[in-house]
Amino acid sequence: MSSRILAKTLTRSAHHAAKQARPTLRCMATESGALRKTGLYDFHVENGAKMVPFAGFSMPLSYGSVGAVASHHHVRKSAGLFDVGHMVQSNFLGPTATQFLEWITPSGLASLPPYSSTLSVLLNEHGGIIDDTVITKHASDAFYVVTNAGRRDRDLAWFKEKLEEWNKTDLAKKEGGVEHEILENWGLLALQGPEAAQVLQAYTSYDLTELTFGKSAYLTVEGFNLHVARGGYTGEDGFEISIPPAETIEVAKLLSKSPVQLTGLGARDSLRLEAGMCLYGQDLTEEITPIEAGLTWVIPKDRRETGNFIGAEGVRKHLKEGPPKRRVGLVVEGAPARQGATILHPETNEAIGAVTSGIPSPTLSKNIAMGYVRSGFHKKNTELLVEVRGKARNAKITGMPFVPTNYYRGSA
Amino acid sequence: MFNALRQASKSATLVRVARRPATAASPLRTFQSVRTVVTKRYTQDHEAVVFDDSTGVGTVAITDYAQSSLGDVVFVELPTVGSVVNQGDQIGAVESVKAASDIYAPVSGTVKEINEELNSQPGLLNKSPEGDGWLCKIELSDTEEITKLMTEDAYKEHCEH
Repeated sequence: MSSRILAKTLTRSAHHAAKQARPTLRCMATESGALRKTGLYDFHVENGAKMVPFAGFSMPLSYGSVGAVASHHHVRKSAGLFDVGHMVQSNFLGPTATQFLEWITPSGLASLPPYSSTLSVLLNEHGGIIDDTVITKHASDAFYVVTNAGRRDRDLAWFKEKLEEWNKTDLAKKEGGVEHEILENWGLLALQGPEAAQVLQAYTSYDLTELTFGKSAYLTVEGFNLHVARGGYTGEDGFEISIPPAETIEVAKLLSKSPVQLTGLGARDSLRLEAGMCLYGQDLTEEITPIEAGLTWVIPKDRRETGNFIGAEGVRKHLKEGPPKRRVGLVVEGAPARQGATILHPETNEAIGAVTSGIPSPTLSKNIAMGYVRSGFHKKNTELLVEVRGKARNAKITGMPFVPTNYYRGSA
Repeated sequence: MFNALRQASKSATLVRVARRPATAASPLRTFQSVRTVVTKRYTQDHEAVVFDDSTGVGTVAITDYAQSSLGDVVFVELPTVGSVVNQGDQIGAVESVKAASDIYAPVSGTVKEINEELNSQPGLLNKSPEGDGWLCKIELSDTEEITKLMTEDAYKEHCEH
């Protein structure tokens, strides 16, 4: 038992990952040492939160005496409220906003209906993932984009550089350029769980049965006009609610009443992993293409072939030749495999990949993990070995999500 | 005072556990054990060892401070009985949903017994870390090692830093 670990328990990495000094820990590194706070910092402290550094922010790990496992189960059975105000919220506005975003991402945004969202990726010149993001289209000249806190500096510099290039193009000069607006200090709350809809419905006259998974709308919630997107990072039904800075605390108080429980980063990580969702910095990096990451589905078919987006060449190479490695789900026997654990060939014990996220799943009571393996070993039910504390443990490739998703796709 | 009493009763539990094999083996030893000296010491890595000089065996546990920092323990990996360990060797791990924490041997010796209950009830580590949630028993190869570990007061101070 290491005292280093006691400190690290409060962060998101396992001991072995840290020992190997993997660069993937950068998502939680702070540059200056001074941590930022969301508008709900005092609210968290008043509610007994254990605050920990995460992605440059001081964020709640858990609240009061509610353990991570109990908190996790509460979201699966009832509803939880997460402060995700550390994430970067942006608007891209202007006559050529659709074309600009179709250049910096491989998404098909021209065909996306208004007030709909899509998971997307920002790609570098080689097709490596700079960040994963959710893009919501309000109109062809107005998009709302949420990116990761841990990638704030990289993303914002990238947006600035690419916007300057874009606004010098003939198209932008002729039809109009694009402007990037950061919603600094705005609140972002995620209300997640099977009871999330009935909780929110009690505060709004908007018929939430109309708001299906992947849709968004401006709702009046107890007098507050809020942008509400149906979706989230837990696999459950739920909403991500964007709130003007002055109103964030009031809305958080409103939405955290019983049966909703405030939920911290601990449960957020176990919920997202059960849902098979990636965490940037662990499961996605700039060295990984969306094809390797199993995110080919975020690129519409026509754009895979002819799309003119940054990184298209790297993406097409992997599409054509097949990716050298692939993201897979694993169930590991014996001990939980954590970030950094080596995946071995079942007969030769040769290293063929590595775990990028792993936990004992509270819902399944099995050790689940995701990681990358060499192509050819990625098929479902392939039996492999994973090394944990010097011992090779049996593991099997499993489809994801590990826990079935429970999205609301309409009452019909 | 209250704290001290609780500590004392906890130690007493551990002492009984530690002495049981000896008691069963020889009535003579029982008599001798009246003079048994039980020492409880701590490591910087938040392990506690209760050493019984009549048996030469130390019972290894994680401290209450450690369990509360770890959160819900869901899996415990223990060493193999009979394995010979050196002080500082990694001998197992305690896992919460969030993280794995290695357990290091606080003393050198031979692993005589492991707490099999933890396989089915890892939560014992949270409920009773220095009691029913003990990890393993090590027969010390060098009893001097125990005296070099931290006393309770030194450990308390260590936790406050």
